[in-house]
Formats: sequence, structure tokens, C-alpha cells
Amino acid sequence: MDINFPIYLDNNATTPMDPRVLEAMLPYFTQKFGNAASRNHSFGWVAEEAVDYAREQVAQLINCDPKEIIFTSGATEADNLALKGVFEMYASKGNHIITCTTEHKAVLDTCKHIEKNGGKVSYLDVKPDGLIDLELLEKTITPQTILIAIMYGNNEIGVIQPIKEIAAIAKKHNILFFTDATQAVGKIPVDVIADGIDLMAFSAHKMYGPKGVGALYVRRKNPRVKVTAQMDGGGHERGMRSGTLNVPSIVGFGKACELCRLEMDAEAKRLSALRDKLQNALSQMDEAYVNGNLEHRLPHVANISFKYVEGEGLLMGFNKQIALSSGSACTSASLEPSYVLKALGLGDDLAHSSLRFGLGRFTTEAEIDYTINAIRDTVLKLREMSPLWEMFKEGIDLDTVAWAHH
Amino acid sequence: MAYSEKVIDHYTNPKNVGTLDKESKNVGTGLVGAPECGDVMRLQIEVDEQTHIIKDAKFKTFGCGSAIASSSLATEWLKGKTIDEAGKIDNMDIVEELSLPPVKIHCSVLAEDAIKSAINDYRAKNGLAPIEE
Repeated sequence: MDINFPIYLDNNATTPMDPRVLEAMLPYFTQKFGNAASRNHSFGWVAEEAVDYAREQVAQLINCDPKEIIFTSGATEADNLALKGVFEMYASKGNHIITCTTEHKAVLDTCKHIEKNGGKVSYLDVKPDGLIDLELLEKTITPQTILIAIMYGNNEIGVIQPIKEIAAIAKKHNILFFTDATQAVGKIPVDVIADGIDLMAFSAHKMYGPKGVGALYVRRKNPRVKVTAQMDGGGHERGMRSGTLNVPSIVGFGKACELCRLEMDAEAKRLSALRDKLQNALSQMDEAYVNGNLEHRLPHVANISFKYVEGEGLLMGFNKQIALSSGSACTSASLEPSYVLKALGLGDDLAHSSLRFGLGRFTTEAEIDYTINAIRDTVLKLREMSPLWEMFKEGIDLDTVAWAHH
Repeated sequence: MAYSEKVIDHYTNPKNVGTLDKESKNVGTGLVGAPECGDVMRLQIEVDEQTHIIKDAKFKTFGCGSAIASSSLATEWLKGKTIDEAGKIDNMDIVEELSLPPVKIHCSVLAEDAIKSAINDYRAKNGLAPIEE
């Protein structure tokens, strides 16, 4: 079977757009270019109709009412709107937010911002498998707590948090529950009613839609949730997000959601089989470790550490053929490896030695087979030139070596 | 970030990967960096005790492509130099030769440290005063 190089296995960063999505979008750039807020002519009506239809397609994927979808520029904006919007709207009720250390930066940095504005934020540690401790969550709740913000599926390790249980705890204490579901929506069944979610952020470009569009789900009943707008203007999106709607991208987002809904069952099965093949082959190597909970995990994600080999050096062995991401941060000024892997309790050495695999709709078995061989060969080659591997083989405990930190 | 061709060449065909007998009196070993920092270099030199000329040099490196290339290049430069000449190799020479970008300068610093550390290990074994690291 032919392989189209380079092989793309970084689908957690972004996905290629499905050609069917592009096809749906094209008319809305040129012939059907109207402003969905123009009420006086057919150009506006056509655009509004297209947005309404897309809103239904999006709503159907997550089982909500179309009116509960607030279109944004992406998940980062939706995260900001949910956190800052709730913090401001519910200020009279309290100022405490609970989140966890493995959240995406869009959540963590927004929480830091809220702290500067008088908010209190608790960052829950996660267990070694990446899941949060529900007892710890409940113990952290105070009378001032207004929001629990825990992600659905993690972008680095793919671990799926116990969403229903978290929602039940939030409900019991009359606290809102927000989840960043960017990696989960479209990949696994996400049902805001069954899951008990009050607010949820997600994005089109992680599910074969265009970049620059996402949504915040905001529950309208039981309870009716409101967020303070973070952008002032024409009062679009029920007053929660002003700004002319990005009609072509919203149309694409809708189509992407529809395709995911229709193809999810078969696709999740196919991807988890490919992911397992990759993971089983690579984890059979000496000193290779799969990071994160194996059972509660997104079907298309695997994160594996190859001890005694540095991640970026490893990527260099095949980066012309395979596009992958590493938890190593040799390129960053701080030289800090992945904070997510460190939050699991991994030593910096293992965090530096990790690769993140994100499979996707266009990943083929031939690509996985090629990847297995390429990684195996490179790991073996680099271990031959790794002083740490030599020391490990000699039985030296690396923790006892007095390293010259720089 | 794109790597320079020289970095890619050293990474693909590293020169002088290997191990010398660290117990030997005329072998100096420098082990620098730390696993937590994402790079560890071990550089070894075998020195002619009469002339103080480096006869052989070997390295093993755990790190990114630039770290591997920096140490591979260092071993090439060391061979044939006296230990005094070797001690004058500056990390910026490595930066220039490999066209390392600013975020990778620490790789060259590590290589310079490894060279000096290997020289001083040899000097200590042979009753010579250390050079400044």
C-alpha cells in the first residue's frame, strides 16, 4: 500500500479539513456572502438560514438545543468566555473556581488571569494515571465555589475524566460544571444532558473542520446558565458573543459535526484498533512506558516514553517522514518538559523522552506499520549513542549520579 | 524549527560514537548535563602522555539533534589537538560551525563544558593543575 509522506500523526494539534466540509463551505465565501444579521434582504436571510442549519448540526452532535450553542473563534475563546463570563456573572454568589493541573493552557492561563482579578482558584493534582480524585474534588469545594472546570479528554495523554461523576458532585453542591471538550467532541459520544454538563467548549479544527471557529455550549434550563460577554458590540449570539458571524466557517463546523456524528462509531473502532497496534508494538520495547490511564482514554491517542532517549532527538530521526509531537521542550527557553506528564508524577527524564501520537480520520494501517518500524529503529540507534542507556545497562542507578545541572 | 544541514549530517552520521576505558590513566572523561534538563553528554579523550596530543575522542549523548551534533563535532575537532589547544575551543565556534539557533546555544555550551571536564579529568589523573571550567 502506498503511503503519502509525510505521515501526519499530530491530530491532537489540528486535523486536516475533510473535503466534504470544504465543499459545504465554498458557496458561502462568494455567492452566499451575506451577513447573518442582515434582516432586510435575501443575502442576510440565506446566511442566517445556513447558520441556523449549522447550529442544529452542532447541537445534534452533543445533544443540546441549538439555542444553547454560542459560536466563537475557537476553543480558547470559548474557555475564556466560560471562565471569565461565569466569574463575572456569578460574583455575588462566590469567587472560587476548581480546576486541575493537567488542563489546557487556555484554561490554566485564564484562571491565572481571574486570580489577578480577585478570584480564588484551586488546581487539583491528578493521580498517576491522569484522572482526578473525586474525593479530593468534593473536599475542595467551599461555600464560595461557583464553578468546577475539568476537561473532558486530555490533549497530551488522551485520558478521559469521570465527567458524569464530576457533574453529579457539582449538581449536589449547586455549582456550575464547565468542561473543555475540544479533544473529545466528535471522537467519542458526548451528551451534555446525559453527562450533566452546564458549559462546554469545543472547536471545529480538531474534528476535520476549519480553524478559527468553535463553540461554547451554555445550558438554558436546569439550571439556566448565563455568562457575561467578554466582547462588546452588536449583541450577537444571545448577547454573549458580539461579532459578525463567520458564516463559511460555521457552515463548515456544522458539516464537520454531522460527519463526526454519522461516522463516529465505526471510526472510533478503527482508530482504537490502529492505536492499540502502534502502542502494543512500541511498548514491547525495553524501557518503553505508556503514559496515562489505558482504559479511560480517547480512541485515537497514545503517549509513550522511551527511556534514555530524548524526545526531540528522537523526532529528528524521522521528522521528514512522520509528523509527531514530543513532551520534550528542548526548543523552549525554559527547557521545561510537558507539565501534563510532570503532573502525572513522571520524572523529567521520562517526560523529556515522550512522544504523543494523535491518529485521525485519514490515518492508514500502512502508515502505522511504517511508523512502528521508524520509531523502533531510531530508538535503538539513539540508545546506542546514549550515555544513560549505557549506564543503565551497566546497572548504575541514575538517581544516585551527581549530575551537573546547568 | 528547521535544522541546519551540518546538524542533520552529524545526527545522521555521528562521528566517533563510543566508549573509551575511563579507568585508563591517559583517558579523560567529561560527563555533563542532567537527564532532567533533557541533555547529558559524555565526552572522552585519549591523550598521548608524552606530547599531550589527543589521539582519540569518543562521545555518547542523550539529547536533541543539536546536542548530538555539537558533541560529534567536538570529537572531530579534538583529535590531533594538544590538551592546551583543546581547552581553548569556544562554544561560539560550535554555534557558528553548526549554525545553531539561539534556543540551541546551550547545546554548544554543554559541549564546551564536556571538553573542559574531560581535559581536567585527564589532568587530575596525571597530577596536573586543572584549567578553568
